[in-house]
This record gives sequence, structure tokens and C-alpha cells, in this order.
Amino acid sequence: MPVQTVREALRDAMAEEMRRDPAVFLMGEEVGQYQGAYKVSQGLLDEFGDRRVIDTPITEHGFGGLGVGAAMAGLRPVVEFMTFNFAMQAIDHIINSAAKTRYMSGGQLGCPIVFRGPNGAASRVGAQHSQCYASWYGHVPGLKVVAPFSAPDAKGLLKTAIRDPNPIIFLENEILYGRSFEVPEGEHLVPIGQARVARAGKDVTIAGFSIAVGYALEAAEMLAGEGIEAEVIDLRSIRPMDADAIAASVARTHRLVTVEEGWPFAGIGAEIAALVVERCFDELDAPVARVHGVDIPLPYAANLEKLALPDAARVAAAAKAVCYRS
Amino acid sequence: MPIKILMPQLSPTMTEGNLAKWLKQEGDAVSAGDIIAEIETDKATMEVEAVDEGKLGRIVVPAGTEGVAVNTVIALLLEEGEDAGALAATQAAPTPKAAPAPAGAGGGRVAASPLARRMAERAGLDLGALRGSGPGGRIVKADIDAALAGGAPVRAAAAVVAPAEAKAAPPPPPAPPSGARYEDMPLSTMRKIIARRLVEAKQTVPHFYLTIDCAIDRLLALRKDLNGRSDAYKLTVNDFVVRAVALALRKVPDANATWVETAIRKWASVDVAVAVALDGGLITPVVRDADHKGLAAISAEVKALAERARAGKLMPEEYTGGSFSISNLGMYGIPQFDAIINPPQAGILAVGAGEPRPVVKDGALAIATVMTCTLSCDHRIVDGALGAQFLQAFKGFVEDPLTTLL
Repeated sequence: MPVQTVREALRDAMAEEMRRDPAVFLMGEEVGQYQGAYKVSQGLLDEFGDRRVIDTPITEHGFGGLGVGAAMAGLRPVVEFMTFNFAMQAIDHIINSAAKTRYMSGGQLGCPIVFRGPNGAASRVGAQHSQCYASWYGHVPGLKVVAPFSAPDAKGLLKTAIRDPNPIIFLENEILYGRSFEVPEGEHLVPIGQARVARAGKDVTIAGFSIAVGYALEAAEMLAGEGIEAEVIDLRSIRPMDADAIAASVARTHRLVTVEEGWPFAGIGAEIAALVVERCFDELDAPVARVHGVDIPLPYAANLEKLALPDAARVAAAAKAVCYRS
Repeated sequence: MPIKILMPQLSPTMTEGNLAKWLKQEGDAVSAGDIIAEIETDKATMEVEAVDEGKLGRIVVPAGTEGVAVNTVIALLLEEGEDAGALAATQAAPTPKAAPAPAGAGGGRVAASPLARRMAERAGLDLGALRGSGPGGRIVKADIDAALAGGAPVRAAAAVVAPAEAKAAPPPPPAPPSGARYEDMPLSTMRKIIARRLVEAKQTVPHFYLTIDCAIDRLLALRKDLNGRSDAYKLTVNDFVVRAVALALRKVPDANATWVETAIRKWASVDVAVAVALDGGLITPVVRDADHKGLAAISAEVKALAERARAGKLMPEEYTGGSFSISNLGMYGIPQFDAIINPPQAGILAVGAGEPRPVVKDGALAIATVMTCTLSCDHRIVDGALGAQFLQAFKGFVEDPLTTLL
């Protein structure tokens, strides 16, 4: 299987879908001439021209709304945000216009649009540019939210998202862009709403999404050295959440640790904990443990930033705690 | 602060007991080591020793109270210099000990993970009798696994039934035909335990039975010979039976086993339990390592255990465990009977009376003293052929007792 970076897999996904469907176009800051702020749209302007790969002014509120209108009118826009932090400018369009249109029009109008871009902390970009929006958007009925970890999932999910008739929040991660994975050749689609067992185990389930899956896999490796077999669930989709997969895993391991970079309050971990209590309370041998970003604006100082974000050691410690090992 | 005297846990399976008798009264001086009360547990009456010294300030649980949960405050001890006024400050509420106490201590809520709760329910385990290894004494999966793997004692504890169930009002006894006269005898703790354990055994252990006749003329002759040599011992036929059973278990070790759901646990030692009739019940004290003990040692031990059993003074470790039981009704002239297995053991040998019977010897009718023994087997562990091998070995040792010297 050929090896690709997440960045290349995302580019290929958009290119393949743009070849397949002339209604698909890409719009955002620096996506054309500059080939993408993080070089995700490399080569797309050359292949598809400036009618389908559109550089916008620095106004998320403007092009976010433009995209929503284009989708309502029958096109299939992919709107790139340089990061999701900037998309707060456009959040009214995303939630009030995109997410609610199908409901409020009685099904007469849809909004098949993909909002994509890096989400969460990168490295020393400060409190305002380091937020995880999984919980924010996951909260909203009418939106689908995906957050892949690997390149094949990034590609397969983005292609599925572009074809989906609903608005999709596609959360990428700046640090993952350069990471390489094997990606299947040819047409590769990944369904939205299906988690993946990234590593099988029997002692504890570690569920995470995006970059947290990497921490979970590292932690699983550390735990294996201590005789704890952790099962790692790559959620891939935040909404709809694959509750079946989580419940099935907890039924095998009886213990659950959730991992996310976002804040704990009403976070994805909180949602999963509630879900597990509803779905498989009797399978639990320990309270669900949440590993998450510290409940503060992310510090700029490198040492403090490191202390405020999850890492493999913290995940492993939580896993041992729910296994009643210390 | 007055010192709280708590209901002690006198055996690992004890969750509650009856406060039989107070040996000290309110106002009595107590020094450490004094016997202050007697507690009736599952099978024995045990003495409670004072740990601290002082004056018995208040008896909280009066004598004759049944079903007192372990760790309930049963009395308050005043320390030197304290007067009765200090008692008022002390709540008589049950005070569960922190970590080492069973999770169900104090009769309060048992902390157990949802999974542990479900597993215990499925396995019929009493959570209150388990110790939790989790935070705050929470019972977790590992504790249930350990309890199930531990097999014997906890399965037995399960028979003691969850406290909630025990406390539920029993259904009223069926109404007698009008005019019939009767008296309902209150159940002793021992009677309740016997009832539960035997129902459990008959309902959950697949019994089958093998019967064999043993000619014991040579055994009787040897017994007479040995008893004539010394007054230091007086061997009974049953002592020979205990030794023969022990040696047969050593010879057929597959029968010396316990069913533990996930495995057949083969015991390394041969511990033989002997049923002893008591007023209003029975108990099975255990002769440990019986295969390593001679007849005189077995005889002395069985006698001592039986005496202590009749006095209600056996310690729990003296009547728990054991891999095999013997029940002998020969002295009542019963020629043959079938016994119920004493879980978690694999078998019990029902020994009948030795009596002269006609036998065919070398093609001619003759008279021999014959003792009929019936083996009840747990079919999960012992199949027919294995049970037969055991009985053959047993018969060999009984009919030719000199071989027990080898």
C-alpha cells in the first residue's frame, strides 16, 4: 500500500471528488495561489482553475456565508478555514444557516457543505488559536462532525463528507498533517458515524479522536509493557457518535478512558461517559476516566502548554487507575 | 470517647451472628483478654475477648439478639476516668471499619462496581461477605474473579444468602388443618445453615451413587489385637475407615478435588471431614493430612474434634475446607444409606453397620462380617469409573488392613 501524509490524503480526496462532481469547489484563505496555508490544496488551482479553487479575502463571516448560500443553491462547497479558531467569525452561518436549513425549510432546502481546517492546539499559537471545537459543533443537531486521525480515514471521510447532503464539520489537526500512513489505492470511502478499533485489547478501552488517538496508541504500547492490554477506539466521527462500538468495547474491557485536547466541561469525554452509563452501566468495573486539556485558556509558554495538554503518559496513568493498578 | 465494641467477624464467611450471652454486665470492670460475650456463628459458639480495658458502659445489643451484622456496635466501653455521661456523645450507629472490613460492613450499602454487582448476582455470591480491593473498599471485577477462583469458602458463603434476602419476612408457614395441635420450633443458626447448604448441594451438585460391600473380619481382628496392646488408644472401626479413605484418595488423587466452575481443582493435601451428630444438627470437623496420620493419631483427633464439636467450641478453621466427607451410621445399625455431598467437596462416603451376612466363598456359603459403603459423587468431577476405582482402592485397604501400613 502506498504511504501518504494526511496532508496529501486530504488533497487527493478533494481532487478526486472535484473530478467526479463539477458542483464541488474549494474556497478559503490562501487555498489557491499559495496552495493552502498548510499546503493541503497543493496543485488544485493548476488542475481545476480559479473558478473552482477560490482565494477569499480574510473574512470568515463573508465566505462562510457565501459557501452556505452556494450550497443552498445546489453547489457542493468545501470551505477551508485556516484554522477553526477563525471560524468563530462564521459560526452564525454554520449553526443558524447551514445546520438548521433542512429542518426549517421542511426538507425543501439542503445545505451540502463541508467546513474543514485544522482544529485544536498546534504548537505555541496561544490561547485564542488553540481551541478544540469538537464539543461546540458536536452539540448542534443538523451538523455532522468528523475528526480523523490517520491518512486513510482523512481521505475516506473527506470524500464521504463531500458527497453527504448535509453540512459537515471536518476537524483536521495541524500536527497530524505531516504524519504518514498507508492509504489504500483507488476509490476509498469511510462511512461517517463508524468508529474503528485501532488496537485490540481486553483490559481497558481508550477512546479518542484526531491527535488523541496517537496518544492513546502510545499509551497502549506503554501499558502493554506492564501487562495491561488496552483497546484503542479511534472515534473518527464525533456526531453521529458510534455508541455501539464504544459499548461493545466496554463490554469486552469493562473500563473506559476518554482522551481529548478540549476542555472537560460538557466535552466529548463527558458525552461518552453519559452514553456508556446509559448503554452499558452493568459492564463498568470502574468509573469512566477522562483525560483532557486543562480547564484553562491554553498557555503560550512552551512548558505550561505541555502541562496543559494530554499526552501518552497521562493517558497511561488514567488507564492504570481504572484498572485499579498504580 | 467510649470505645466501641463491635460485632466481630469470627470466620471469613460470617456476615452476621447471634449474640448468645453477655458474660459481663453494665458497670463491670473489663481487662484486656476478658471473655465478655458469646457469639453464635454459622456452626459454633465463639467467645469474644475484650481488647481494651475499662468499664462496660452500655450493652447496646442485648443477649439473645439474632442476625447481628458484623461490625455493628454491640457495647460501649468506658475508659479510665470516663463516666456514663460520655455514653450520650457516642452514637450507637454501626461504624464500618475503613479498608479491611468487608464491603458490606455495618449493614450499609455495599460499594461494588456495576459489573462486580452483576457478576456476583449471576454467580450467587454475597457481596457483603467479600472484601473490595478498589478505592474505598469498592468490590471490583478482580475481587469477584478471586472469590470465584477461591471456590470453596466463598461459594459456601453464597449459601448464607444476601442480607437483604435474609431480612425479608419469611412467608408464613402453611396453616394446619383445623384443630391440629402443633408447635413451631424456632430455627437455630445451625439449622438454617444446614437447610441452605443441603438444598444447595442437592439442587446444584449432580449426585450419583456407587455401593460396595467390604468384608471386615480381618479389620475387626486387627482392631481387637491393636486395642489389646495398649490403653493409650481405643480404635474404632470408623478410625480405620478414615485412614482407608485417606489412603484411597492418595491412590486415586483425581477424586480429591473441587469443582470451581472454570476448573477442577485438585487438592495437594488429603483432608477428610467426619460428620459428627450434635443436638439439633451436625457438623463436619476435618482431619487434616489424614493420609499422613496413623490410626492412633486419627483416633485421638476425631475424638477430640467430636468432643469440641458437641461442646460447640470448634473454631471455624476446624470445620471448613476438607475435600471429602465420611458419614457413619453403623452404630445405629443402618445397613446402607446415601449421603448428600458437602459442597465444595467431590464426594461423601456413607458407611453402614458391619453385620454378619451370608457370602459365597470358594463356591460355598459362608458367613462374613460385611460393611456396606455407598459413595456419593459429584459427577462434574468424578465419573463412574473414577468413583469405582476409588471404592476399589478403599475396599482393598479395608479388607486387607495390613496394606494400610505400607
